[in-house]
Amino acid sequence: MSDLAFFIDYSRCIGCQSCVQACGECDTHRGRPLIHLEIVQRADSVQTTPQVCMHCEDPICARVCPADAIKQTPDGVTQSSLKERCIGCSNCVMACPFGVPRYYADINQMVKCDMCYDRTSTGKKPMCATVCPSQALCFTTLEDIQKKRRGTTIREWTFGDEHVKTKVFVVVPAETNTVHIDQLRRSVSPTSAGAKPRDLYDVAELLEA
Amino acid sequence: MERNRSSSDVLRATCWGLLVAALLIAGIYIGSRGLRDFDPALVPYAGASVFAAFGIGYRYSMWLQRPPTRMYWFRGWQVFLRPSRIPGNIVRWIKLLLKEILAQNFIRNRSRVRWASHWFISWGCLLAAAITFPLSFGWVRFETARNSQEIYDAYVFGIHLSSFRLGTPMALLAFNVLDIAAVMVLIGLFFAVWRRARDRSALAEQQFSQDLLPLVMLFAICITGLLLTVSTHLLRGAHYLFLAELHAVAVILTLVYLPFGKFFHLFQRPAQLGVDFYKHEGATGTRALCVRCGQDYASLMHIDDLKQVEAQLGIRYRLKDGTHYQNVCPACRRKNLGLTQDALWHAAGRGPVEPPQPEVLSAQKGA
Repeated sequence: MSDLAFFIDYSRCIGCQSCVQACGECDTHRGRPLIHLEIVQRADSVQTTPQVCMHCEDPICARVCPADAIKQTPDGVTQSSLKERCIGCSNCVMACPFGVPRYYADINQMVKCDMCYDRTSTGKKPMCATVCPSQALCFTTLEDIQKKRRGTTIREWTFGDEHVKTKVFVVVPAETNTVHIDQLRRSVSPTSAGAKPRDLYDVAELLEA
Repeated sequence: MERNRSSSDVLRATCWGLLVAALLIAGIYIGSRGLRDFDPALVPYAGASVFAAFGIGYRYSMWLQRPPTRMYWFRGWQVFLRPSRIPGNIVRWIKLLLKEILAQNFIRNRSRVRWASHWFISWGCLLAAAITFPLSFGWVRFETARNSQEIYDAYVFGIHLSSFRLGTPMALLAFNVLDIAAVMVLIGLFFAVWRRARDRSALAEQQFSQDLLPLVMLFAICITGLLLTVSTHLLRGAHYLFLAELHAVAVILTLVYLPFGKFFHLFQRPAQLGVDFYKHEGATGTRALCVRCGQDYASLMHIDDLKQVEAQLGIRYRLKDGTHYQNVCPACRRKNLGLTQDALWHAAGRGPVEPPQPEVLSAQKGA
């Protein structure tokens, strides 16, 4: 895959859904968009955030897979589960620190972003990075991104005490080496069993409030 | 991903492999009535089967020693064998067998060509295995009746099961069932090669050793097997011995490959039935609510089991505030990543004018 790399800058995302539409058109995705585009908190912000697979060096999804169905290519791309092995348990869906894998009950298989392997393995850009108008998702060289963006790029994370190194970079302020996720500030109090919180994503409800 | 196998794991797996192989040898000896019904001409097949039994026992044991596999294996049986649920579970198990194994509906939902390919290959192979293994082990034998050359007797474990006259439909079926199985597999192989040659996803991802070699092996077995029939009926037995040796080589190589290649999924896939029982139990039990958004995102049993597996694997998800990251739903994890970047920019003084949202995860600059 030469020296091209994938970069995410969440703050550039404008929520246009181009990446979602393009993702579904990738040959290896068979009509299913595998990228995630989250509306962070409609009540407070217009922020949206795209999430592709970060392609960890030692993927936690593969470590917790009981069927040993998740493999990496020699160039470090973590693939969707092997069809003949995946038993549809969803361990990977629940364990991924970035919340990436998806489980589809109709095909009883986990599928996930594979960096459009049919394209990137031949030097083309992934679908999402090709169409992203704000280049929140960008597939280029490290030199190019350093020349054009302020801040720096990192690919090391900690989730509690778990250190994760990824193939995909994220743009952060200069002098940041690792992003630490140490605490969780709850925006919604834990609810009693069965009770649902107010829907923070229902625009109609928000307008009435 | 296989990780750090200790020598005790290997020793245990070797013992299991030897036990399975020994059980098969004992089964061959007892089932063939002290080798009286055992056909010495089939020794190479039986020998390769014993090796395959060792390999399957070894690999299955290694597989079960992985913490997540072990957890699901025990949990699946625990849920299935819960006394109050056994009758209902047996009914559910039969339904699952019909839906997932016989009809293979989940593969049809992936692609019809893939389903056709897999259905013909799998059932062709299973049909052939159901005949050839008992024959090779001396569990089943055919011989002409003592009083007539026109009648064949079939024996199972030395017990006379049935007789049929040559030229009857039953005889035709009995003598050609392996040809039928070979044709089924060839139909499946045709669909498989058709798909793999045209599907751009398959073209990008397939590997020779993982995806194409098994097809080559099955093709070699089918073609050499069918050529034996052609030699018998159309060529007056020409080159029969050579073809028989070629067929034996193809089968033996496949049996040796069985425990270590793609075919091993035959023994792994039944785990999906256990997972179905596990999921059913989780769906009717206590649910896990995300500590961030409060939404139901999984069964509590699944999350608790996953935490145990993660602890065994050395995955340390405990956050500084005492929260376990496993209690955050996948959607909230994704949102937190964006918010974390936002907080970093704000802390760097070049971020948005507005202060970070109250739900932003605490994120610190690296040292």
